[in-house]
Amino acid sequence: MIGESVVNISAAVISASTPLLFAATGELVVERSGVLNLGVEGMMLMGAVTGFAATISTGSATLGILAAALAGAALALVFAVLTLTLMANQVATGLALTIFGIGLSALLGAGFVGQPVPALPKLAIPGLSSLPVVGPVLLGQDGLVYLSVALTAATAWFLKKTRTGMMLRAIGESAESAHSLGLPVLRVRYLATLFGGAAAGLGGAFLSLSYTPMWMEGMTSGRGWIALALVVFGSWRPWRVLAGAYLFGGVTILQLHAQGIIDLPAQVFSMLPYLATIAVLTVISSGHWRGRLTAPADLGKPFRPSV
Amino acid sequence: MHDESQTPRLVLKGISKRFQSVVANDHVGFSVAPGQVHALLGENGAGKSTLVKIIYGVLQADEGQILWNGHEVSINSPKRARELGIGMVFQHFSLFQAMTVLENIALGIDDAPDLKELAERIIAVSRKYGLPLDPTREIHTLSVGERQRVEIVRCLLQNPKLLIMDEPTSVLTPQEVGRLFVTLRQLSQEGCSILYISHKLQEIKELCHHATVLRGGRVVGECDPAIETARGMAQLMIGTELKQLVRRAGTITDEPRLIVSNLSLRSDQPFGVDLKGISFQVGAGEIFGIAGVAGNGQNELTEALAGEVVLHSPSTIRLDGKPIAHLNAEQRRMQGLCSVPEERNGHASVGDMTLAENTLLSARNRMGLTFKGFIRKGDARAFARQVIEDFGVKAPGPGSNAATLSGGNLQKFIVGREVLQSPEVLVIAQPTWGVDAGAAAAIHQALFKLAQSGAAIVVVSQDLDELLVVTDRLAVINGGTLSPALATADATIEQIGLLMGGLHGLDQVDGTARRESRDAV
Amino acid sequence: MPFKVEPRAETSRAVVYATPVLAVLLTVISGYFLFLLLGLSPAKTLYHFLVSPTLSFYGWSELCVKAGPLVLIATGLAIGFRANVWNIGAEGQLTLGAIAAGGVALAFWNDSGLWILPLMCLAGILGGMIYAAIPAFLKTRFDVSEILTSLMLTYVATLGLGILVYGPWRDPQGYNFPQTRMFSDSALLPLILDGTRMHVGILVTLFVAVAAWILMTRAVIGFQVKVVGQAPLAARFGGFSGKRTVWLSFLLSGGASGLAGTFEAAGPVGQLVPHLTPGYGFTAIIVAFLGRLHPLGIIAAGFLMAISYNGGEIAQVEDRLPQAATGVFQGMLLFYLLACDFLSRYRLRRAARREVTPS
Repeated sequence: MIGESVVNISAAVISASTPLLFAATGELVVERSGVLNLGVEGMMLMGAVTGFAATISTGSATLGILAAALAGAALALVFAVLTLTLMANQVATGLALTIFGIGLSALLGAGFVGQPVPALPKLAIPGLSSLPVVGPVLLGQDGLVYLSVALTAATAWFLKKTRTGMMLRAIGESAESAHSLGLPVLRVRYLATLFGGAAAGLGGAFLSLSYTPMWMEGMTSGRGWIALALVVFGSWRPWRVLAGAYLFGGVTILQLHAQGIIDLPAQVFSMLPYLATIAVLTVISSGHWRGRLTAPADLGKPFRPSV
Repeated sequence: MHDESQTPRLVLKGISKRFQSVVANDHVGFSVAPGQVHALLGENGAGKSTLVKIIYGVLQADEGQILWNGHEVSINSPKRARELGIGMVFQHFSLFQAMTVLENIALGIDDAPDLKELAERIIAVSRKYGLPLDPTREIHTLSVGERQRVEIVRCLLQNPKLLIMDEPTSVLTPQEVGRLFVTLRQLSQEGCSILYISHKLQEIKELCHHATVLRGGRVVGECDPAIETARGMAQLMIGTELKQLVRRAGTITDEPRLIVSNLSLRSDQPFGVDLKGISFQVGAGEIFGIAGVAGNGQNELTEALAGEVVLHSPSTIRLDGKPIAHLNAEQRRMQGLCSVPEERNGHASVGDMTLAENTLLSARNRMGLTFKGFIRKGDARAFARQVIEDFGVKAPGPGSNAATLSGGNLQKFIVGREVLQSPEVLVIAQPTWGVDAGAAAAIHQALFKLAQSGAAIVVVSQDLDELLVVTDRLAVINGGTLSPALATADATIEQIGLLMGGLHGLDQVDGTARRESRDAV
Repeated sequence: MPFKVEPRAETSRAVVYATPVLAVLLTVISGYFLFLLLGLSPAKTLYHFLVSPTLSFYGWSELCVKAGPLVLIATGLAIGFRANVWNIGAEGQLTLGAIAAGGVALAFWNDSGLWILPLMCLAGILGGMIYAAIPAFLKTRFDVSEILTSLMLTYVATLGLGILVYGPWRDPQGYNFPQTRMFSDSALLPLILDGTRMHVGILVTLFVAVAAWILMTRAVIGFQVKVVGQAPLAARFGGFSGKRTVWLSFLLSGGASGLAGTFEAAGPVGQLVPHLTPGYGFTAIIVAFLGRLHPLGIIAAGFLMAISYNGGEIAQVEDRLPQAATGVFQGMLLFYLLACDFLSRYRLRRAARREVTPS
């Protein structure tokens, strides 16, 4: 009995963490290149609505997921043009992206509210998936879950072991120096931003296609902002961000279950993820956390190629 | 040795470059022979940096030709320049603090080889030219002189035929300068030409085979530095008769006006320098110099003296006997201590604000520019106008934005703003960095006048020549500690250089010799 | 590139005033195409959206009612934005202000007297200030991003309001609807014009906007805020404390937002409900930017946003325009403004043809 609950809860935690993991990993790459994109919430919602709409219209979840990634990237492109080419203030533009994304997704999704969609199929690996506990928890998830972990691994490898990853890190440290060395600062930042958008879109798609297979206005409920906090929590390192994402998935599931057990208004529990975010940010920023990596030195600063 | 009968390595003909209304280069032409160490001499604002940026492909000339080994070429990017065989070490390094020497070099090299192989090549090349480097060190742990080595080795790994060095010695101790010269001579003998940009006449006389002098964007003369006198070159550079600075001895009393006792401060910056037990005194009418290459705690010390960083124990800094170390910058101003930070844009002034508004930054209380929390705009304008007139600042008026002023003029305004407040103590950092000779002379004259009136002045500067001219006594800051003070008249460059050098991790071979000579001093 | 980008030596006044107008124009044009894509008749819908709200005296009074809270909040936010202090939690501070004021109103529900309303306003201001003090404290003490903390707190505040309105503060005669009692007459804002919903709060807002203008242009504090935002090192040099400025920004904007929340609860709404405003705290951010962080511009921008709200409602009824279109409009406006801002800081010049020809 307990074993079954543990399995169910673990699977639920993984499921709850996945959208956060996608969005946070994407944003991590963006920030390592020196760009601060606060529009994650907007991009996730666009991914959610686009993925949902595309899946229903075409009947193919794969196409839906692809569309979601493209939608996130498209919104990120708007952000990139404004902040990288037109050198607008990154904070204001990110907020604009969020507001616009919330509105546009609500508009596009108006016709899809209440419609059902088949949940993403769980990928069963023959033989292994039927192992007790480990089977359903680790190996019986749907494709997007595995993709999210693979994305983390790929990001970690990319940043540490490839030349382009090294360039990206350098650009985040000092765009000025990178530019004088002839490194393609704007191109790398554009690509990083698009990647962040696509990843956020995938996170949103997971929400509307797997976690709660439906579309509802504003269904991300602040997860985009939590993802931003996770990047800080993970000190801009991919595996730490993964740990943070799963921690928060745990908090989310915990509060859902606690609602049934402890006799307090439901809203109190719903507050937990947000309060936890604040607490975690405070602990990290106050420097008591060992092994803290400082933010990329050029984060958020506009790059004006001085001649 | 260089051979002038061969085809010249580099020839410039009629190079001109304009920026909006300013003519930076005006029909500049000269030629560099293979293996020649060629000086490009000129003071700040003469057009040297623009010219070399054109040669290195960062900028494109509006007119003119460049000939490389006899063939006309178009250098439209640094990559193209490197392909031709031109390397450049900029005055401002292009380094990434949080990354290693190896990564920094890898990023700056086209077609970088495998990292392991690169690391071996770095060790080999750096050792060959007397600039040993450890590829695994992170840049922020290196001294400024060591960071320059990274820049140089990065160039050398690409086998340059022409190496351009832009003001390389402003960040080096005299001993490091010597070591650099050994390296450059070695390169010259191997056939690599060197284009050496500087305004330091003694160095050019010591190192260079030929010198081209720039003034106001034009070539005004060429000479052989071995033959021409320093004074002659200086006159070519500056153009007018060198004005002798007038320093009338003021009354230097015994009672010190500024006393700093055992100032220790942990830096809150990720790559900052901690200050350890700094002590010195400055009397009325005295100008006290603090020498040292960048990165040894000058910024931290200036901040602590100015009040931008506040200290725990108030009597660490005493002004006329009164403890002020716990006061912030504005409070210290009310007590009579004014300051001029090193960075004129964004620190000593706000670029997007007018000159009148910039007076409010430091003079609002001392000059009565406010009333019950409201700004007296007329008074601020009037004060700004007075600064502009008294200090010969070339600006349309108090209403022009600070960012539109040239470096020298902005510096004159900033210094003037503080001096007109008649401070009891003035702390000023890098007073004439990047400033033309005329403005520099005006600023030095203003400091003399201020000292004569009885103020105590602390000058923090990287420029030894300036300190030797301007100060009465000086001390050297190194690694956050301050040497005992010497009378400027008695100090030798050798002595100061050794104090500036200190010990650094990479100088193991020289380390022992240094330590010994330091003790001897 | 045939064009060269050059930074302007001085920000051109004319361009700074022209860019919001240009942004509005671009948004209207985009709106035209948006409506077209939605299958509506674009001209008619645009008319209802932009023009209809201004056609009657009552229409204008309604615009004032909507613009009031936006202008009040945006005025407070603008001070912070100038200092690079990003208070994104105005919605939460507004909510806390409403809760505090509502608490006073409900506590003295049976009483009457002129003192109740001022007490409510005071409570609202304090409520907003205290709630804004949290991100200010975390930022100055621990250097935690104020953007994230203030934002997280808005979710918490909304949930908190829900707890109260669904629970202990629910109207016992309210048929179990999640709402408090309607405030008593002493706890409602007096109207300034009969036949309209324009209340005293709007006059207070006007006063606050003018006071803010004087503060920012003539007071040393205004200078301080600008320096902190433009050059933090120069601020330190000038003796201005960055931390004090953070506190000042948050307390002022928190107080303003709290007051705005009080006015909403004691004015048009008349009680506390789970969703007090259609996201005024966030729209006010757009108002602040659109108004160029200038109190007078903010008033104009506030009216424009009010038009988009009221026009949206009209078009919803007349043309079946989805409610979410208003949010899209507002987001688009901010985008265009940020894009047009580029022109006020940079200039496009034809790049000179190079005389040096390659061999």
